Amino acid sequence: MTNDRSQGRHRRAKKDSVANNSSTITGNRALQIEEPLIFEQGAKGRTGVDLPAPTDESTAALGGLERDKPIGLPGLSEPEVVRHYTRLSRNNYAIDIGFYPLGSCTMKHNPRLNERLSRLPGLADIHPLQPESTVQGGLALIEQVSNWLKILTGFPAVAMSPAAGAQGELCGLMTIRTHLMARGDPRTVVLVPDSAHGTNPATAAMCGYQIESVPSNQRGRVDLNALQARLGPDIAALMLTNPNTCGLFEEEIIEIAAAVHDSGALFYCDGANFNALVGKVRPADLGIDIMHLNLHKTFSTPHGGGGPGAGPVVMTNELAPYAPLPWLLREGETLLLIEHPERQAKTSFGRMRAWHGQMGMFVRALAYMLSHGGDGLRQVAEDAVLNANYLRVGLEGKYTMPYSGLCMHEVLCDDEFIKDTDITTLDIAKTLIDEGYHPMTIYFPLIAHGAMLIEPTETESRQTLDQFIKVLRAIADQISSGDSKRFHRAPLHAPRRRLDETRAARQPNLRWKESTPTSSPRK
Amino acid sequence: MRYLPHTAEDRRAMMTDIGIGSIEELFKDVPNEARLDRPLELPNHADELSVERHITGLAAQNVTAGAVPCFIGGGAYRHHVPAAVDALIQRGEFLTSYTPYQPEISQGTLQALFEFQTQVSLITGMEVANGSMYDGSTACAEAVLMAGRVTKRQRAVLSGGLNPLYCDVVETLAQFTGLEIEKSRPNAPTRGHHDTLALEARVNNDTACVVVQFPDFFGVIRDFTALSARCHEQGTLLIVVVTEPVALGALKAPGDMGADIVVGEGQSLGVGLNFGGPYVGLFATKEKYLRQMPGRVAGETLDSDGKRGWVLTLNAREQHIRREKATSNICTNSGLCALAFSIHLSLLGETGFARLAALNHSTARSLAEKLAGLQGIEVLNGAYFNEFTVRLSRESAPVIEELAQKKILAGVPLSRLYPDRKDFKDLALMTATETTTDSDIQALLQALSESVL
Amino acid sequence: MVNIRYTTEHEWIRLEQSSGEIVGAGIVGITDYAQQQLGDIVFVELPTLGAVLSQGDEAAVIESVKAASELYSPVGGEVVAVNENLTEQPALVNTDPAGSGWFVKIRLSDTNELNGLMDEASYRAFVDDLD
Repeated sequence: MTNDRSQGRHRRAKKDSVANNSSTITGNRALQIEEPLIFEQGAKGRTGVDLPAPTDESTAALGGLERDKPIGLPGLSEPEVVRHYTRLSRNNYAIDIGFYPLGSCTMKHNPRLNERLSRLPGLADIHPLQPESTVQGGLALIEQVSNWLKILTGFPAVAMSPAAGAQGELCGLMTIRTHLMARGDPRTVVLVPDSAHGTNPATAAMCGYQIESVPSNQRGRVDLNALQARLGPDIAALMLTNPNTCGLFEEEIIEIAAAVHDSGALFYCDGANFNALVGKVRPADLGIDIMHLNLHKTFSTPHGGGGPGAGPVVMTNELAPYAPLPWLLREGETLLLIEHPERQAKTSFGRMRAWHGQMGMFVRALAYMLSHGGDGLRQVAEDAVLNANYLRVGLEGKYTMPYSGLCMHEVLCDDEFIKDTDITTLDIAKTLIDEGYHPMTIYFPLIAHGAMLIEPTETESRQTLDQFIKVLRAIADQISSGDSKRFHRAPLHAPRRRLDETRAARQPNLRWKESTPTSSPRK
Repeated sequence: MRYLPHTAEDRRAMMTDIGIGSIEELFKDVPNEARLDRPLELPNHADELSVERHITGLAAQNVTAGAVPCFIGGGAYRHHVPAAVDALIQRGEFLTSYTPYQPEISQGTLQALFEFQTQVSLITGMEVANGSMYDGSTACAEAVLMAGRVTKRQRAVLSGGLNPLYCDVVETLAQFTGLEIEKSRPNAPTRGHHDTLALEARVNNDTACVVVQFPDFFGVIRDFTALSARCHEQGTLLIVVVTEPVALGALKAPGDMGADIVVGEGQSLGVGLNFGGPYVGLFATKEKYLRQMPGRVAGETLDSDGKRGWVLTLNAREQHIRREKATSNICTNSGLCALAFSIHLSLLGETGFARLAALNHSTARSLAEKLAGLQGIEVLNGAYFNEFTVRLSRESAPVIEELAQKKILAGVPLSRLYPDRKDFKDLALMTATETTTDSDIQALLQALSESVL
Repeated sequence: MVNIRYTTEHEWIRLEQSSGEIVGAGIVGITDYAQQQLGDIVFVELPTLGAVLSQGDEAAVIESVKAASELYSPVGGEVVAVNENLTEQPALVNTDPAGSGWFVKIRLSDTNELNGLMDEASYRAFVDDLD
């Protein structure tokens, strides 16, 4: 059971009504336009795509299963569709608009060169089932991304197919489990620190493991003694994030790795926070056996409102025989794919998804790595950590932090400094929205009460950080002056005020229906 | 370095404020032996032009599908994507935002997801849909896992008509969950043959689900109404997989044949080939199962001023709350690809979607009829949408390789997907879409008649 | 005399008082403290009638907006009734956790298991200690 202090705020906010939008006929506020659902627009028979008439309307070859009733899709012209989505886009916050310090998400600038290159027809318009002889450039691109990732992490092998970070985790654990089975060692338990992201236990469960939690010590790191006490012949692996979700480097990681290996277990690292280390530290040198990388974090492929991502998994030679299909092999000048458990890949644990990987993300990641080079990537890690510590020092004295001292790429605050007020972490987040910022990650990690996890990334300037520090300090001052009203009402200036999540979850309405009661301005 | 704002002076001033003398002090928690004291064997940073030259050079080594006659399908299809789709998804507000955790400033993404869910529900004929999965194959595996949760049974039956890569993915992702996966033997299409009868016989009261594909991997279209009745009699869920969603513009919706879960690959609409990824998985089901449905969903609600708005909902099922008891470990969806799918379908609308489907089917008929007229080639399908199986007079893989050397991407040799099936060696899948021209077909016929005869 | 027992997981069980044959059955719910901790309950998943549970087994799933939790059976036995009203009105758990927000009725297989549970006074002291 979690104690979430954000509960109940909604009802309080409901009582005060806002005067700043009551005066227009339309409900619009200048550039802020209320946009109905696409299903509430258009006209029957209208379309935004011109297509030639089919030469032949016969349905004789459809096996008697031709559609016999309308689908119910609305008809809109291209200008209507363009306007609809342009208006929707304006209701979103984005990195392109402003500072987005969402901890553990690494919201760095997305270079537009990468977008352009990912759309080159020679890369975007090739079919995954084309003969290998016609896609040697595509396979070479995957090979080059693999090589960069191997050099940056110090591992000899990489599985490129996982579709996202969570699938990378599953890839890692399946590789471990298959390896353990191959050596006749059926272990049953995976250890996960109490500060871990929820995907870690969820992934371990999908892999058929029982999950046990390892406590953190007073300094926000894994408690090595507790870990050692629990390690034994039933432990298959330790899953650890490093730097961890508190933004701290696991300083005893070499000892942790040794203890894990001494017990016969494997060491999985969640590479979500690799941005703090890229070019500075090779995870293989820390004693890690296998680790996923989020290309959409460290290597700046765009988040796109929640995906697509890409989660390649780097690993040791010991684990490589069990890596998922397909495998990419070089024979002299020629690259080839092994798509079935045959030849060298007989020992593979299987296939995690159709086709070869998130090619569109590989193109962007390669452009990112080539642009930065080895020198620039090292600078990325240094500046990311510098920026986080600059924020940390800037907030000291006004905000409370559960762990003192240096942080890595993100800084963790708790709600100790507001514990005697009626303001919550959620209120501060919503107030930041009114100030033109995307809030930090809140209420995660769970081990800090009322957590605020702030990750600036390396692409933010000193001026941006100074301004953010100024705003956060002013917010703390407003709270200590007892002025709580704006915090409970926030956000006042966003496209929507606080939304009723209880209503949404109690009577889920996940799609438009003809009969849905609607407050659409056009109806 | 163009993406990094700090000057040397900025860094010095910031270090002073932090109270450190060197950047290395920030990394003092890293054990000495693990700190790199030398540059990695990687090139130094490069300007835009150099990077563009390098990657353009790689692109030039490929045969671009759109630049030559292309008849390859098999689960990924080449369609024309209207220009507006790419222009809109490149808006920074969509491209550079994260998962909508703060709904007040994410209404654009959330409303678009709600519209996507509605579109997916409508074309599949189902009651609810989620906000997308990684791709069709992982959506299929998640559907099988969900059927296990709903029925609390441990046996899943896969049709031989299911894309063999999807079979592999289901087997791989289910291998440690206790589910037993039973695969039906794939058969080449024969006119009048109904593989659904064999499937019906496999359904009993310990079957969690039966998975079929519509149209199936060999291009065959089958009615699943009787199979669904048999499934429901036994408390078994019927999962229907659609890898070519354009077909749903011409065919009866799987929901109308009694499907309990419909999953699909949405790549055909808006996304493009991309050498296999990123794509977008579709997932739709009945309302009574929605709390067992994996993945993110947007739901309608009101804000504190009473205005309609959207939030991510049913979060309690997700890994950040339920941890090891979550419905799935999936954290992201395929947001931007789902948006592209949705914009393309919005542009098409009811009439455009139906016409696109009709155009695909008529082009495929034209191709099939002309191929059937060639000596040494037999079209095996009775029913098909835009893809069918042919038998050549000799092994298909070398024929297809020969045609590739002539810059014709003639189809998929089935030996690539079924290396162990000697009886499939002469078979190939061929696809035609609205992008296929008469001259493409002529070029294929010409080259085939040279290779096959 | 009301015969209620509590668990450290914040479940309560109210034992039937009649001298008839259903002695040894009890109604189970979550405490007011638990519903406050969870916040607005949005969904409850109940066990099937006739299910046989051991003490400490997961008997129901409770979802609030931002949390998910389990109701663990305070005693072993057979599920003889479930509160179907919660399916449509999960908010009853918030508004009346000790009454109309009950979850299941269980026929005890071993009344000795009650000995390990807390009475009202001990539970109150236990909760006071938590804050």
